[in-house]
Amino acid sequence: MMPSFVPTSGAGSAGASTVLPFGADRAADAMPPVLSLEGLTVGSDAVDLVIDASLTVAPGETLCLVGESGCGKSLTCLAAMGLLAEPVRRKAGRIRFLGRDLGELDERDLRQMRGRDMTMIFQDPVASLNPVQRVGWQVAEALVIHEGLSSKVAARRAVELVDKVGIADPEARAGAFPHQLSGGMCQRVMIAMALACRPRLIVSDEATTALDVTTQAQILTLMRRLQEETGTAMIFVTHDLSVVAEIADRVAVMYSGRIVETGSVDDIFDHPSHPYTQGLMDCRLHALSATDGRLAAIGGTVPRPSARPLGCAFRTRCPRASQRCAITPDLRPIGSSQRVACHFPGRAQ
Amino acid sequence: MSPQFVLTKLFRAILTLFLAVTFVFVVLRMSGDPVAQMLPDDVPAAVITQYREMWGLDRPLPEQYLRYVSGILSGNLGFSFRDDRPALDVVLERVPLTLELGLTALLLTLALGLGAGTLAALKRGSGTDHVTMAFTILGHSMPNFFLGILLILLFAMTWRVLPSSGTGSVKHLIMPAVTLGTSYAATVARFTRSSLLEVLHQPFMRTARAKGVPFRRRLMSHALPNAGIPIVTVIGLRIGALIGGAVVVESVFAWPGVGQLLVNAVAFRDLAVVQTVVLLIAFTMVAVNFLVDILYGWLDPRIGSARREVSA
Repeated sequence: MMPSFVPTSGAGSAGASTVLPFGADRAADAMPPVLSLEGLTVGSDAVDLVIDASLTVAPGETLCLVGESGCGKSLTCLAAMGLLAEPVRRKAGRIRFLGRDLGELDERDLRQMRGRDMTMIFQDPVASLNPVQRVGWQVAEALVIHEGLSSKVAARRAVELVDKVGIADPEARAGAFPHQLSGGMCQRVMIAMALACRPRLIVSDEATTALDVTTQAQILTLMRRLQEETGTAMIFVTHDLSVVAEIADRVAVMYSGRIVETGSVDDIFDHPSHPYTQGLMDCRLHALSATDGRLAAIGGTVPRPSARPLGCAFRTRCPRASQRCAITPDLRPIGSSQRVACHFPGRAQ
Repeated sequence: MSPQFVLTKLFRAILTLFLAVTFVFVVLRMSGDPVAQMLPDDVPAAVITQYREMWGLDRPLPEQYLRYVSGILSGNLGFSFRDDRPALDVVLERVPLTLELGLTALLLTLALGLGAGTLAALKRGSGTDHVTMAFTILGHSMPNFFLGILLILLFAMTWRVLPSSGTGSVKHLIMPAVTLGTSYAATVARFTRSSLLEVLHQPFMRTARAKGVPFRRRLMSHALPNAGIPIVTVIGLRIGALIGGAVVVESVFAWPGVGQLLVNAVAFRDLAVVQTVVLLIAFTMVAVNFLVDILYGWLDPRIGSARREVSA
């Protein structure tokens, strides 16, 4: 498969996408997406936690999933990986991965895809590594399971991978236990683990959130570089907009279980159209000048999933809300690559 | 493991043994005259005096104690009054039978306890879980001797499928081992369940799943080693209970091991034998504890290195 950073001129029909090397529509037109969610709804019997979420990720593309804590970002990812735990389950919608409907696969097939074709990096790297196994072995394990390598060969490959993610003295470090490594190093090990079988999709759930800013920058650079080498698609969950600016090709903004806006990273940062996205942008530190030197905040709090208002979930906090907002807005296209779920999109002053 | 750690352990072990020896010595001397116990009531006073002199019981207590302790240090654990042989020989020839019973019970415990605990943890909240846990409470609260008698009534008296006492075949071993292992297995099952439940919800278990590790492998090579510390701890701590239980169970099933020897020796005030058995039990406890400490470092690398850092 050709990685998407190779120019695919002429494949797309949308003229505006020429500005965007990783433009959403264009990438999607050029080759089939690695992962697509179609109307995914996730929740327990009592409550829906992710509602009608649709998105696609193309090969080589990085999609950032943005939103406040509890808005359903992580659950969306876990659902895509087939890792939901009771009582939470997929209630509706389809998940297509490499053309296959994951809902039709049994646990055995899913398990064989996990760790080989799709891998996941978690938030707390130290707790996410097994404390009583050497990290080299934890990297090697996926190779033993999925590629049938002997422990010895896998261990050698693990050392190479540990080296590749920029850990000095890889031989010795591969023999270390997680508690002997720093948080940043543990996250590099997690990345090495995720890369081991050259997956088509890496899902990173707040992978840099627990790290200090310097380490975070190093890890982001590393992931970006490795992605360019391998052409892997990536879903990057974060609530940190500076991380989004750093790494995203496309962005999906979630609020209270729904995707409220998607677009290229330039669309979202330059022309945020959903009032919630605009609120997020105003909360950034360098937006200070626009608000007379005071840090803006979105009034009110996120409604609990069990107490969501009818219609648009944001309307209780929205400056533009009207009676029409009691009807749930659909995600509709505005512009070439941007879609927004709002009855009154655009920058209203 | 650092030298300092080993030295501390060794010092504690010796102190434990010393205290056990002293305690038993004092208690036994306060519990009656062995000569009066062993000889018929109508024996002349001169004979009693003669025996007391022969066994050194006419000396002042401190002197008897000193002689006993220095005897231990030189490998002489005294003479059995009853058998007229070195006490150590009397005890050692019973050890194999008790080991056979104890190890069988221990294996049974591990198989049953680990198995039931794992099953209950994996099927948490299900009927299997509730039934298993109910059985562990039963096994926990039923005294050894009572279970032993129930088994004898059922299998030896009513159904006549197993011998009620004695040794010699695997059949003889079944009831004593089950009796001895049951409460122990119940404890192990409860600890296995709770510590496994805690581990199953750790983030690294989710990582293993995301990596595509098959279920059995997740359980055997990721979950159980992490759940091992509390399980090993309880197994080590309860070794004492297992030995104590052996004394009772051997009496119930007339199993001629160390436990039965101890009961008889106490009844006959066979001082040297009682002292030797207690020393052996104390030694076993100390050795098991030491083994558990080594196992900790092997199961959890964090423990070993923490000690290394502290001692450095």
